[in-house]
Amino acid sequence: MSNIPAELKYVESHEWLRLESDGTVTVGITHHAQELLGDIVFVEFPKVGTDLAANEQAGVVESVKAASDVYAPIAGKVVAVNDGLEAAPDLANTDSYGEGWFFRLAPANAADLDGLMDAEQYAKEIA
Amino acid sequence: MTAPKRTPLYQEHLAANARMVDFAGWEMPINYGSQLKEHEQVRTDAGMFDVSHMTVVDITGSDAKAWLQKLIANDVAKLGFEGKALYSGMLNQDGGVVDDLIVYLTATGYRMVINAGTTEKDLAWMDSQLAGFDVELAVRRDLAMLAVQGPNAIAKVCQVKPDWADSITSLKIFQGKPFGGWFVARTGYTGEDGLEIMIPADEAAAFFRELTAVGVLPCGLGARDTLRLEAGMNLYGHDMDDGVSPLEAGMGWTIAWEPAERRFNGRDALEAQKAAGVVMKQVGLVLEGRGVLREGLTVQVEGVGEGIITSGTFSPTLKHSIAIARVPVATGDTAVVDLRGTPTPVRVVKMPFVRNGKKVFD
Repeated sequence: MSNIPAELKYVESHEWLRLESDGTVTVGITHHAQELLGDIVFVEFPKVGTDLAANEQAGVVESVKAASDVYAPIAGKVVAVNDGLEAAPDLANTDSYGEGWFFRLAPANAADLDGLMDAEQYAKEIA
Repeated sequence: MTAPKRTPLYQEHLAANARMVDFAGWEMPINYGSQLKEHEQVRTDAGMFDVSHMTVVDITGSDAKAWLQKLIANDVAKLGFEGKALYSGMLNQDGGVVDDLIVYLTATGYRMVINAGTTEKDLAWMDSQLAGFDVELAVRRDLAMLAVQGPNAIAKVCQVKPDWADSITSLKIFQGKPFGGWFVARTGYTGEDGLEIMIPADEAAAFFRELTAVGVLPCGLGARDTLRLEAGMNLYGHDMDDGVSPLEAGMGWTIAWEPAERRFNGRDALEAQKAAGVVMKQVGLVLEGRGVLREGLTVQVEGVGEGIITSGTFSPTLKHSIAIARVPVATGDTAVVDLRGTPTPVRVVKMPFVRNGKKVFD
């Protein structure tokens, strides 16, 4: 069974989003995505300060099995990346919604989150 | 669509929480949670792989030896005693590799182990080569096969089979021995010491559970692939196939050219290829920076030409990427691979990459 926290938002390309109290949005890949990829061995992030459009490539996640792009699920400026994940890429496997986060965006438009899938919709999407 | 085939250990895989995938029509474990952990376990302790999907063929008849001397490129005359094993390519008339295999000398003839994905093709090819020979082939679907690999593998098998321990520990590398309906050989596909064990199908599950109980970790096809790649061992259908010469796939050492009068299948083509000059060679590639070399990527060799990666992965032992590639013979010690749009320099090395848990290339 895939782990899909109720408080997060999701997109079809298997990223999750969490709206933080300071208005920024944390992005990572879902538990389902890490299951499909298997053991993750490298990650690549966008540069802090980069303005990303929605669905623009924002990094790479590479497992023993395959390389896969990571996308910006909404438009925004990159305000932080997870250096801890770069040092220990397996955190994306073992703690995909916690220590395994990828980057944090200052959204161009906070309302963009509203149109995204909730946990229930994402569960149907990957069923 | 035909139903996937299952090995006698299928229920054991499910009980051990395996992630099952289709492999050549077989429902097989890709991992039991973490491929990296399984890999590490084989390098440092002991792991086991269900390889029952591979096919065991017993070869009997008064012409068995002569037939094998035509069928495969290595020479079964080298098998000096019962239980001795030989690795070889089985070639077509053009010198391409129909399959790679291990053949053992047995009390009644020979026993051959061929790949799962090539089994139907191999058996059809072998049948087509039988005319004029007194040879019988028996496909042993009644046997399961388990590869127990790692520095502690043999000790753990002996713990489960104490009555056989003296015989098993006296086996030399590439040597096997029957125990009733079982056959235990000191062979493998990981670059570690260990055993490949053929087991009557109805006894396989109990043996699997006994090995689990003494700490042998079930390992999937994922770890099997990274282990064999670190060991610099070919995978059929990737590093060579019907259209690739063994001389360009690192299999030159498996061809027995002497005696010259042994006209094995493909010999004429290989002799012509040697006379004309072999164009490509197999090498190892090493990328010490970020990124993973993948099968199918082009290898650029400045001033020489280009080649191709035939297998690539992240090496769990070395913590960086390695690959097997087929490149022009004049390739020196560097090359460039286009990694997702970035031309990336790689080192060209002599394989293997890892043996007995340790890095071995320079």
